[in-house]
Amino acid sequence: MRPLTLRRLLWTCGSLVAVLLVLIVLVLRLGPAPISVTELVMNLGRMAIGRINQLPADDQLIVFGIRLPRILLGVMVGASLSVAGASFQALLRNPLADPYVLGVSSGSATGALIAMMVAPQFALATPLAAFLGAVLTITGVYFLGLRDGNLDSTTLLLGGIISASFLSSVIMFLLTLSPRDLRGMPFWLMGDLSTPPVSELQWIFLVGLIVGIGAIYTTAADLNLLLTGEREAAHLGVEVTRVKLVVYVAASLLTALAVSASGAIGYIGLLVPHAMRFLFGSDYRILIPTSALGGAIAIVAADALARTVAAPTELPVGAVTAIAGAPIFIYLLRRRMR
Amino acid sequence: MSVSDANATLAARDAAAPPAELPRLAVEQASYAYAHQRRSAPMFTLGATSFQARQREVVAILGPNASGKSTLMQVISGALKPLSGRVLLDGVEIRSLGTRTRAQRIALVEQQSPLVFPATVGDYVLQGRHAYGRALHLATEEDVGLAMNALAQVGAEHLADRRMDQISGGEKQRVILARALAQQPLLLLLDEPTLHLDIGAQVDLLERLRRLCEENRQTVIVVTHELGLAAEFADQVVLLHAGKCLRVGTAAEVYQRELLEQVFGAAMDVEIGPAGRPRVSLRSRASGEPRRTM
Repeated sequence: MRPLTLRRLLWTCGSLVAVLLVLIVLVLRLGPAPISVTELVMNLGRMAIGRINQLPADDQLIVFGIRLPRILLGVMVGASLSVAGASFQALLRNPLADPYVLGVSSGSATGALIAMMVAPQFALATPLAAFLGAVLTITGVYFLGLRDGNLDSTTLLLGGIISASFLSSVIMFLLTLSPRDLRGMPFWLMGDLSTPPVSELQWIFLVGLIVGIGAIYTTAADLNLLLTGEREAAHLGVEVTRVKLVVYVAASLLTALAVSASGAIGYIGLLVPHAMRFLFGSDYRILIPTSALGGAIAIVAADALARTVAAPTELPVGAVTAIAGAPIFIYLLRRRMR
Repeated sequence: MSVSDANATLAARDAAAPPAELPRLAVEQASYAYAHQRRSAPMFTLGATSFQARQREVVAILGPNASGKSTLMQVISGALKPLSGRVLLDGVEIRSLGTRTRAQRIALVEQQSPLVFPATVGDYVLQGRHAYGRALHLATEEDVGLAMNALAQVGAEHLADRRMDQISGGEKQRVILARALAQQPLLLLLDEPTLHLDIGAQVDLLERLRRLCEENRQTVIVVTHELGLAAEFADQVVLLHAGKCLRVGTAAEVYQRELLEQVFGAAMDVEIGPAGRPRVSLRSRASGEPRRTM
C-alpha cells in the first residue's frame, strides 16, 4: 500500500514549480529584443528582492513591463481554469466536465460583456458580472442535467453544450447591438492574454485565485469520496451539501476570474487535469496543486506559441489551446483505454 | 498497527460503551414514505417497523423485491429521516449524530456505482478512514495499519496495490467490505452483499461476516432475499412484504410455510434442520414434489 504522503506531494509540486520557472525564463527571452539567460536570471533575482530600480531601462520596459505581466497573467488564468475543470469533474462525476464544455465560460463572458457595455467606468463590475454569469450558468446547467432527481451525465453535457451555444449567440447579439466600438471583442472571446487587466484589478485577481484554489483544496479529500457518489460519500463522513456549495462557488469564481481577464480559453480545464491524473494519479489532494501548476505551464507555453507561430501577427491563445487540445485529449483517452 | 492493537482499540471503545444488556441498535416504530413530489400522495410507504439487535448479532432483513428492505436500511443508516418513530444506536438517536460521528459508528455497503477515475485498492480502503482524518486527510501509520488489517480480515491483503478496475467482482465485493471495516463501525449494514456472487462466494462472504461480527464485536444487518442463507447465518430475521414488517424473530420462528408462500408467491416446504435452523425448498406446482433447496 502506497498512500499519499506529504513528501511525495511536496516533491511533485516542487518539480512542477521548477518546470514552470524554467519555462518562464525561456519565454521571457522569446521575442524581437534579445537578452541572455544569465542577465535575465540576475534581473529576476534583483526584482525578487525589491531592487527593481537597479534594472537596465530597456529590460525593465520590454521584459518586465510587457513580457512578464503577460506571463504572470497566463499563470493565473491557467491555474484557475485547470482547478475549476478538475473540480467540476468531481462535483458532476463526469470526466468530460470543464468550464468551457459546461457553458460556464460563456456565461462568464456574457456577464463580463454586459458589464463592459452597461458600466464601462467601473473596472470591478466586469469580474463581478462574470462571476454572476458563471454561477447562474452552472446552476442552470445543473438543473438541466437532472433527470428524476439524479444527475445524468449525458443530459448534463448536452445541457452544457446547448447553454454554451445559446450564450455565444447572446454574445453575438449584444456585440451587434452595441453602440460602442467592441470590434476587438471576438478576439478576446476566443481567449487572449495580450491585454492584462487594469492594475487595480490585478490584486483582486490574485486574492480571488488564492481564495478560490485554497477553498477547493480544503475539500480535496472530500472530492475523492464524492467521485464514488454523493450518498456513499455521506456514509463515509463527507458533509456533501457544504462541500458541493464551497466547490461550486469557488470553481465559478475561478472561471469568472479567468474569463474576465482573458476571455474564454477552452480545453485547459479538461486537458490539464487529465494529463495530471495520467502522470500523478487521480487523488484530488495531489491533483488540485498539480493541475494549478500544470495549467500555468500549459497556458504559458500555448501563449508563447501563439505569439511566435505566425509572428509578427499574434493568434489568440484560445485558438492554440483548442488546436493542440483535441489531439492530445484523444491520445490520452486512447492510452488510458489500452 | 497489528491486529492485536486494533483489537485493543476496539476493547477500549467497548469499555466506554453502555452495558451489554442495552441493545446496540433499537429500531422503534420507524416508518417512511416516498413521494414523487413533496405534496403528492406517497408512491411507497414503509410501515412502522420495530426490532432490536445486540452486539455480535447478525440480523437479516428479508423480503421479495420492492418490499422496503433497502428503504429500511437507509432509515437505519441515518440517510433517510423516519416519518415517525426513531432509530437508536447505543441509546442515541442516529439522526442526531453529525456526519463524521455517524461514519465512525455506522458503515454501509451498497451496490456499487462504477468509479469515475479508478483508484488503487489500498487508497480505496483508506477512504474508510476519512471520518477520522484531519485537514488534508493524509493517511497516518495507524490508518494504514487499520486498512491493511481490514484487508487481511477479508483475505484480500495481496490486492492492496492493484487497481479497482483490475480485480474480479468477488474480490471487489470483499474490498468494499474491507473499506467498511476500516471505518471501525459499531454497526455494519450490508445491502444485498451476495448479489452477483456465485454460491461459493456467497457462503464464503457470509461465513466471513459471521466471524468478523464476533472478532470486532460488531452488529451486522444484512438485506437479502436469499431465504436459505439468511436461515443459515442470521440470529434474527425481519420479514418485510409490500412495505409492512410482518414478523421479527429467529429463522425458526419466522419461517412458516403459509407465511413464506404468501410473501414470496411460490409454493415451498419448510423443515427444521439438525442444528435447529429451518430449511426451505421450492415445490413444483405440477408434481407437488420438492424441486430445490433454497
